[in-house]
Amino acid sequence: MNWVRKDLLGLEELSKEELELILSTAESFKEVSTREIKKVPALRGKTVVNLFYEPSTRTRVSFEVAAKRLSADVINIATETSSVKKGETLIDTGRNIEALKADIIVIRHNFSGAAIMLARHVNVSVVNAGDGWHEHPTQALLDIFTLKEKLGKIEGLQVSIVGDIAHSRVARSNIWGLTKLGAKLTVCAPKMLIPPGIEKMGVNLTNDIDEALKNADAVNVLRMQFERDGETAFPKQLEYFKEFGITKERLKQAKKDIIVMHPGPVNRGIEMSSGVADGENSVILEQVTNGIAVRMAVLFLVAQANEKIKNENTD
Amino acid sequence: MKILIRSGRVIDPANNIDAVMDMLIEDSKIAKVAKNIKADADKIIEAGDKLVMPGIVDMHVHLREPGREDKETIESGTKAALAGGVTSVLAMPNTEPAIDSAAHIKMLKEAIQKSAQANVFICAAITKERAGEVLSDIPGLKKSGAIAISDDGASVENDTLMLEALRLAKREGLLVIVHSEDKKLSCCGQVNLGFTSTRLGLRGVSVASEYKRIERDIELAEKAGASIHIAHLSCKESVEMIAKAKKKGIKVTCETAPHYFSFAEEAVLGYDANFKMNPPLRAREDMLAIRQGLSDGTIDVIASDHAPHTENEKDIEFERAEFGVIGLETELAAAINELIENHLLDWGKLVTKMSLNPSRILSINKGTLSVGADADIIVVDPVKEWVVKKENLLSKSKNSPFIGRRLKGFVEYTLCQGKAHKWNL
Amino acid sequence: MKEKAKILDKDGIARAITRIAHEIVEKNKGTQGLCLVGIRNRGVYLAQRLASCIKNIEGTEVVTGALDITLYRDDLALASGVPVVRKTEIDFDINDKNLVLVDDVLYTGRTIRAALDALIDFGRPKSIQLAVLIDRGHRELPIRADYAGKNIPTSQDEAVEVRLQETEGVDEVVIIEKN
Repeated sequence: MNWVRKDLLGLEELSKEELELILSTAESFKEVSTREIKKVPALRGKTVVNLFYEPSTRTRVSFEVAAKRLSADVINIATETSSVKKGETLIDTGRNIEALKADIIVIRHNFSGAAIMLARHVNVSVVNAGDGWHEHPTQALLDIFTLKEKLGKIEGLQVSIVGDIAHSRVARSNIWGLTKLGAKLTVCAPKMLIPPGIEKMGVNLTNDIDEALKNADAVNVLRMQFERDGETAFPKQLEYFKEFGITKERLKQAKKDIIVMHPGPVNRGIEMSSGVADGENSVILEQVTNGIAVRMAVLFLVAQANEKIKNENTD
Repeated sequence: MKILIRSGRVIDPANNIDAVMDMLIEDSKIAKVAKNIKADADKIIEAGDKLVMPGIVDMHVHLREPGREDKETIESGTKAALAGGVTSVLAMPNTEPAIDSAAHIKMLKEAIQKSAQANVFICAAITKERAGEVLSDIPGLKKSGAIAISDDGASVENDTLMLEALRLAKREGLLVIVHSEDKKLSCCGQVNLGFTSTRLGLRGVSVASEYKRIERDIELAEKAGASIHIAHLSCKESVEMIAKAKKKGIKVTCETAPHYFSFAEEAVLGYDANFKMNPPLRAREDMLAIRQGLSDGTIDVIASDHAPHTENEKDIEFERAEFGVIGLETELAAAINELIENHLLDWGKLVTKMSLNPSRILSINKGTLSVGADADIIVVDPVKEWVVKKENLLSKSKNSPFIGRRLKGFVEYTLCQGKAHKWNL
Repeated sequence: MKEKAKILDKDGIARAITRIAHEIVEKNKGTQGLCLVGIRNRGVYLAQRLASCIKNIEGTEVVTGALDITLYRDDLALASGVPVVRKTEIDFDINDKNLVLVDDVLYTGRTIRAALDALIDFGRPKSIQLAVLIDRGHRELPIRADYAGKNIPTSQDEAVEVRLQETEGVDEVVIIEKN
């Protein structure tokens, strides 16, 4: 199995084998972060540009650390400080970054499809760090990696995703990735936060949190955003916690060693209680650690594939 | 100037003709249609194995002039029309400024006079600035030469205002064309609501936002006793609603556009804004219902909804991209590929939907090959294949969903008012 | 691709390993402070075989580790077929050890260069020595083997393939003619 894509845009388009290759490569990369010198020269001389149109500290820092452990140079561009505010189009921005001879653009954008559009217009590698409500592939990969590390496999696992499914790129990427790898998924949310046709992605639906927890090997809890333009009918925060919040009480009804995940940052007392977030079932911090290994793997694979594509074009 | 079109298969549903004949054109009129015409022609067009049909009358075209000449002009739009076999267009009023007064119509007429390559008819705005608040001077619009009114791109929200407009239009003998969309239901939607919008992470446009507004528009038209024409049908429920209204004897006609019978919503999965239009591409079953509606006569007209947009407005983040696609140059071939090839329409019916019916609905003297009629004629090679290429499009804008597609059916000649244009691949 | 000659069979490989094991013990005056690190993939198995040989000779366990040098290569994209990154497993401290690096074939020396870079990231061994089953010449870097199972003069149109029980199900070394 070879990785041949110059970009990582989403998990929907990946095969099971490609997903497995990223996961196994990430496993090898995890070891690097345990060394005293946490650095390998694999991407020495390469430039990674983090192009972020949405504020994000976690994902940006994780990509930055990953790139630096691969010895790449990292440049961060945030909307506040760039010409983006002056009305430059995404394509122009992308081409300018390309003209700087960067090798990889890691893009976070509030519009769905932005990464795909950018990748169509530049020859450098594009890694999607979250586009609108569409996909957040590296987050899902690190979730899956963590699950696999904890439970040894993905195939046959019962995984529940709880929260605002409708507006969640994390949910979509997790659903694509986990179903391809053979997990059984349940999504659980208030009715208004379940997007139409989601069952066609191969998941079960429920509005009952206890049902979602009952037989689950793992539960992935999404971050709730209560302020959203142009959207009405969001539940009140406390009401949401009462109906859907993960508490120690609720976990008593679940499997004893159920794994609790969250992409962060956690709204304590809304999505889950502090007791759960810091409890023995939580793997939230391990997710952060694994995020680096997964992102190292992704950066390495796309850089390597693009290098090969370039060589073939010059031959 | 005499032109003889020899041995073509003449398709003229207005006169119930489908036969191999010759046709003589003298200056701008059809002089004779018969077998073996002997005449001293200045030019002879050999049309053996070709179809000879009345030029297409496209009753839904955005020429963008005045105001957005960067997208299209009357000149470039009508040139594109001719290349697609379209000899008459109805220009929609959503220009800048909107065509909402006698003065604007006068100005537009002058521009048409100066640069139009095909026949351009004028559709004026129902309300001032198409804002849905104050009615335009509807009798004045009629007097200045508008043949229809529409706020296309928007629906008149206010029921009372719409009813009043329909009453005035009936009195003046003007057709009302409606863009049936309830913006409260479709707000901010980008693609069809359902699995596609979920997959893409985009806001969806429900079919209800369309058919519920069609329901209202038909109801108001019935109340006013006015003729109403529903633009760009996209879904099954809308087709059903029209069928029901027609059965009841309400004076309603409707159109669909080639993209709605050529593509289903999956076409948009790559976030290519050349597949972004309003209403959006719907589910496969909707596409099939549109085809069926064309076949069984529920849908009267095929019109392109030619909506040019520049690359800067299209080749950007999907949510920022404008709605609409161009269609003048591909509509006939698209109809041949999807409707003739799939045996949903025969040639006579195709001409009816693309030329005769729109002429009748608009009450214009087009759509036939009768002796004495305007020589708006196309000669079509029904089997010749061609690939739609961006660089070959004559429209100023290149936002076609058909780019890269191989289509069957090529317009060899377009005669507009007797002036012949020959097209090559 | 045509197999040209078999240079070593099962017994030949076993004898070469036994000899190298003896040489390592002799040169390092026993097994005190000794460790073996095999380069993935086949070097790892050769290192394990050497360790068990040394145990037979000296009666002491020598620690072995596995090193993946993919991330240290200087030919990221030139490699035929994109290399798969495997895990590096060195679970012991290499500081002040006499470290023997083990690989199957020594050719241009670039793999060893990458391995040296990688090892330096793990610590500062007292010495690094190199053991290879086959030395086929054509060095592009100033690198030489301290222990070699067999020296084989080859042409660059040829490839040397080491096949091991653990990876290919058979112990043999063959020369292959590339077309």
